[in-house]
Amino acid sequence: MRKLLTLSLISAAIFGAMPALANTGTAKLMSAEGSYEGMFGRFDRAQLQRGFQIYKEVCASCHSMNELHFRNLGEKYGPFYSPEHANPNENPVVKAIAKGYVIADVDASGNDVERPGLPSDRFPAPFASDAQAKAANGGVAPPDLSVITKARMGGADYIYSLMMGYGHAVPHGVTVGAGKSYNPYFAGGVIGMAQQLTDDRVTYADTEANKGIKPTAAQESRDIAAFLQWASDPHQTERKAAGLGVMLFLFVFALFTWFSYQSIWRKVEH
Amino acid sequence: MSGPSKYIPQSGLEKWLDKRLPIIRFANDTLIDFPTPKNLNYWWTFGGILAIFLILQILTGIVLAMHYVAHVDFAFASVAHIMRDVNYGWLLRNMHMVGASFFFFAVYVHIFRGLYYGSYKEPREVLWGLGVIIFLLMVMTAFMGYVLPWGQMSFWAAKVITNLIGGIPFIGETIVTWLWGGFSVGQPTLNRFYSLHYLLPFVILGVVILHVWALHVPGNNNPTGVEVQDVEKETVPFHPYYTVKDGFAIVVFLMVYAWFVFYGPDLLGHPDNYIPANPQVTPAHIVPEWYFLPFYAILRAIDFDIFIIPAKFGGLAAMLGSILILLAVPWLDTSKIKSMRYRPWGRIAWFVFLANFILLGVCGFMPAEAPWTYVAKAATFVYFAYFLIVLPALGVIESPDMPPKSIADSIHPKADKSGAGNPVNVVVK
Repeated sequence: MRKLLTLSLISAAIFGAMPALANTGTAKLMSAEGSYEGMFGRFDRAQLQRGFQIYKEVCASCHSMNELHFRNLGEKYGPFYSPEHANPNENPVVKAIAKGYVIADVDASGNDVERPGLPSDRFPAPFASDAQAKAANGGVAPPDLSVITKARMGGADYIYSLMMGYGHAVPHGVTVGAGKSYNPYFAGGVIGMAQQLTDDRVTYADTEANKGIKPTAAQESRDIAAFLQWASDPHQTERKAAGLGVMLFLFVFALFTWFSYQSIWRKVEH
Repeated sequence: MSGPSKYIPQSGLEKWLDKRLPIIRFANDTLIDFPTPKNLNYWWTFGGILAIFLILQILTGIVLAMHYVAHVDFAFASVAHIMRDVNYGWLLRNMHMVGASFFFFAVYVHIFRGLYYGSYKEPREVLWGLGVIIFLLMVMTAFMGYVLPWGQMSFWAAKVITNLIGGIPFIGETIVTWLWGGFSVGQPTLNRFYSLHYLLPFVILGVVILHVWALHVPGNNNPTGVEVQDVEKETVPFHPYYTVKDGFAIVVFLMVYAWFVFYGPDLLGHPDNYIPANPQVTPAHIVPEWYFLPFYAILRAIDFDIFIIPAKFGGLAAMLGSILILLAVPWLDTSKIKSMRYRPWGRIAWFVFLANFILLGVCGFMPAEAPWTYVAKAATFVYFAYFLIVLPALGVIESPDMPPKSIADSIHPKADKSGAGNPVNVVVK
């Protein structure tokens, strides 16, 4: 018992101290207030659709999302999932989105051709090569956004904070070069990306689900954070739902084993 | 506690087989009849937990290997493919990734339990030594496994750790080139790490079989550290008594594991490993997985040359030494008493050693700058001092409490008042 107490005290002290010590000098993140947070959190489909719109109209001009296919958009729990089209390749919305893109391909005779996109195509990258991406963006290639919320401490909150983190006064000692911006949420504080999400940067579709939602900078930032959170881990809803069943099963199983243990050991003095 | 077998073949087939390959007899003796002390506490359930996790890691790993591509250009994307497109790939990968952490957590509990109750002492030196070898193999396997996703931390961990070997005087550079299969960490390195990451778990499995064999000859140690004297009175058959008790502990442990798998698969990892490996960009802080942090701290604590030994090699030697020294523990501990329950000073030393090990972990997590560099040096000294000074000296100068005369006595302390006066030996159910 004493051992248990000591152990828990020590680990509590470590876990308590870690976040404070792990702070790398960047500002404390703001919350994106995502409906997807926590064990029971689920995505808001309309929000994912708005987020995809922002990616398509704003982010995609510089950032690739190489791991995503158009079909992913129509997969279960995805932004354009429809129960009538369990196979996302047959989903008309997904097909229409894909068709809106021009994909470079090679035809049967070996000629370079351009064709309309299919649900099975990957999101096309804005630059042909890493070198081109660097040259066009002041020497630093914009990161691929496929797993971006997993690749940054704070995940969706980081994306939200970064989008909202422009316009702060530059502190003394920080030099912001030409074409760069100051953003306290970015490691080092100086970021190559200028402010992107401003009020009315996009126009949201006038649907029932979007009623009363204005494209303010904050709303857009929340929406893109949600979309990127989904894109980084598209099976998270499935994962959380399955987890509930597994935990419940293990709990009941534990009860059964506990009572078996008690009954088997009842007559043994130990 | 191998004794005469109690197995009686029942069916005709069993009788036939028993004369030719007594495999059922063997299974019966080791998994069913095996006499196990009655007084084991929950700290003893981690052996079973470890067996389960070895199997889980091997099974999930085999399926992951069917989808993983060991190529510097495709490894990162193939992991993304597993997470997105492979049926239940997200589950398999999360189980494997979180499983490594829980495997190590369990093995640390198992090792520290052994140190507390003196499970390494005669006649269990070989059992203990095999365990140390398993741990060393686990460290190598986990290290190479972490390289496979080919993220930033994967690449730089491989680079930093293999680079250390270059510190071996005269031949270091040659060995490193040979290990890498080139002049930098690259395609040949990834391929051979993959090959070895697949091989070593089966080597571990082999040594685990020896470990279990070596356990079944002298039998389990127990919290009193007093050997079993009366098999009838002091032991129970492994099945159903310990299958059910270990089973309960395993299910509870799996619940914690499942929480991480389903609700926080990335909590124990580092976000930088979701950035594809880039040999031209060094991450701000290169840190290993949490379970390597104490050893990483020991590695970095040696940042000074010792005569002709460069700091690089000194660190590597200290890190390896910190694991290999465990092999010598049965002979370094001079006390006649096994269990720390009856060693007032030994017990305190053990707690200090545990706290110091956790402190080393914190040092490994922190950037290598003052004051952490000094703390790490002090903690490294304490780590080695426990084995090289405290354990040998305490056995001579400590006056231990009297352990109970037998396990039966510890279960019925009132029946024999002349036994231990120490209240800790009263085994509370």
